Amino acid sequence: MLKLEKISKTFNPGTINEKKALRGVSLTLEDGDFVTVIGGNGAGKSTLLNAVAGVWPIDEGTILIDDINLTPLPEHRRARYIGRVFQDPMMGTAADMWIEENMALSARRGERRTLKRGITAAEREGYRRALAGLGLGLEDRMTSKVGLLSGGQRQALTLLMASLKRPRLLLLDEHTAALDPKTAAKVLEATDRIVSQGNLTTIMITHNMKDAIAHGNRLIMMHEGQIILDIRGEEKRRLTVDALLRQFERVSGEEFASDQALLS
Amino acid sequence: MNITALINALPGACAQGLIWGIMAIGVYITYKVLDIADLTVDGTMCTGGAVCVMLMLGGVNVWVALLCAFIAGMLAGFITGILHTVMGIPAILAGILTQLALYSINLRILGSSNQAISVRKYPLLLSLLRVPQAALITALFIAALIAALYWFFGTELGCSLRATGCNMAMARAQGINTSFTRVLGLMLSNGIVALSSALFSQYQGFADINMGRGAIVIGLAAVIIGEVLFGRLFRNFALRLVAVVLGAVLYYLVIQVVLWLGLNTDDLKLLTALVVAVFLSVPHLKGRYFRKGAQTRA
Repeated sequence: MLKLEKISKTFNPGTINEKKALRGVSLTLEDGDFVTVIGGNGAGKSTLLNAVAGVWPIDEGTILIDDINLTPLPEHRRARYIGRVFQDPMMGTAADMWIEENMALSARRGERRTLKRGITAAEREGYRRALAGLGLGLEDRMTSKVGLLSGGQRQALTLLMASLKRPRLLLLDEHTAALDPKTAAKVLEATDRIVSQGNLTTIMITHNMKDAIAHGNRLIMMHEGQIILDIRGEEKRRLTVDALLRQFERVSGEEFASDQALLS
Repeated sequence: MNITALINALPGACAQGLIWGIMAIGVYITYKVLDIADLTVDGTMCTGGAVCVMLMLGGVNVWVALLCAFIAGMLAGFITGILHTVMGIPAILAGILTQLALYSINLRILGSSNQAISVRKYPLLLSLLRVPQAALITALFIAALIAALYWFFGTELGCSLRATGCNMAMARAQGINTSFTRVLGLMLSNGIVALSSALFSQYQGFADINMGRGAIVIGLAAVIIGEVLFGRLFRNFALRLVAVVLGAVLYYLVIQVVLWLGLNTDDLKLLTALVVAVFLSVPHLKGRYFRKGAQTRA
């Protein structure tokens, strides 16, 4: 359903800060695939997700979802197909707006915004139920400003919002990296539940090898703007952190360089 | 010092404050909702009056003239919006460019630097010769405007504007065209400012090329005074707009008092700038010297 064909992106071309962030990446996702992405610092993981989301135009290649060519579309037009959760918990929600207003915004993702009511009474009930499913007690705080929530609560809310209107593709950009381990585990749990309930095609970046192995049905590893490993099915289920590190060293000829990954 | 002179001047100050309150609501939309400091309004605060006065001198109905002033303001906002979003010019600079261009345009509209319109010859809605009536009519305008804005910012489109001002990355991820919403917000804001300008030129009986000079600072003063004094009391959006209007009225009352105390009119803008600078810097200084600890993150 998602098809990336030889996409490339260079930042600051022709300057001393030139960075070839993506070098001809190709990737095909099947419907319902849950792919975890791992890689060292500056491997191009986030760049890949931002390229798909359309944060900036790519230099070369094509991006297709369900055979619809997204490549020329701006970010807000792609939002119709894509739900996103960012690494920074502050980024995925509007802090000065209420919880229910944030949800109403994302329930209309990719739709034309008209002069109809921004939120209806019927919707509110649905949101209350959805929030109750998170088990964070947010269903009783629907008219609280999102800015009053903790990072973990905001991340869980953003995740829920990304799935309110079923996305064709869910992009999770290290969405637990800024959280403490306990909260991160909870948000990951919620992720698994939401992905499997909606049977959502998902790409999740993580810096935690254990998480990358424990979640999803497919794992890809990136290095210097390329995909160097693509493990799925039975092989993915049997994978261990040690085996993954060995594979990385074999393919890249280097040691795995990510402080976070080694420390966690 | 003659206290009667002050008391006699207060109703006029109230009426003027109410009219500028409409202008301040326009500033609130860009500065607070969209998070853009839009300097276009210094130009628009003359354009609206110029359009209204010239049309009425030409025999056009006062309501049609007001509508045209509103549309002229929206056009000015549209130009700033396009300069900012399509051309990628920083919002402040885009506003300054439009404001400068408007100076020439306003002169073209007026045909000279000043055009008088007499309430005796033309059916003006309000005039400083009838202050209580002017204040009442302006209050009705404000009530209608706040009701309309309250409704608008509760719609899907209005919510997308608020989201844009609050978190642009989030808004885009929700499929909101943030260029469109910013242009729309700038148009709405400048339309309202031009309406205020049209009412103000009727009130004072003339439109003048310099009537908008420093308008942004007066608008900001009203927004900030309203927020500081009523921020804890008024949480609802409509009430916040009421606070902005009250801020403008208070501003003009204070101006009246300091003038009565003997301040030279020439020093007025200096005083206004100082007051706004102090109020704008208070939150920053508070955060810097009275740190309550870093933001909590779970």
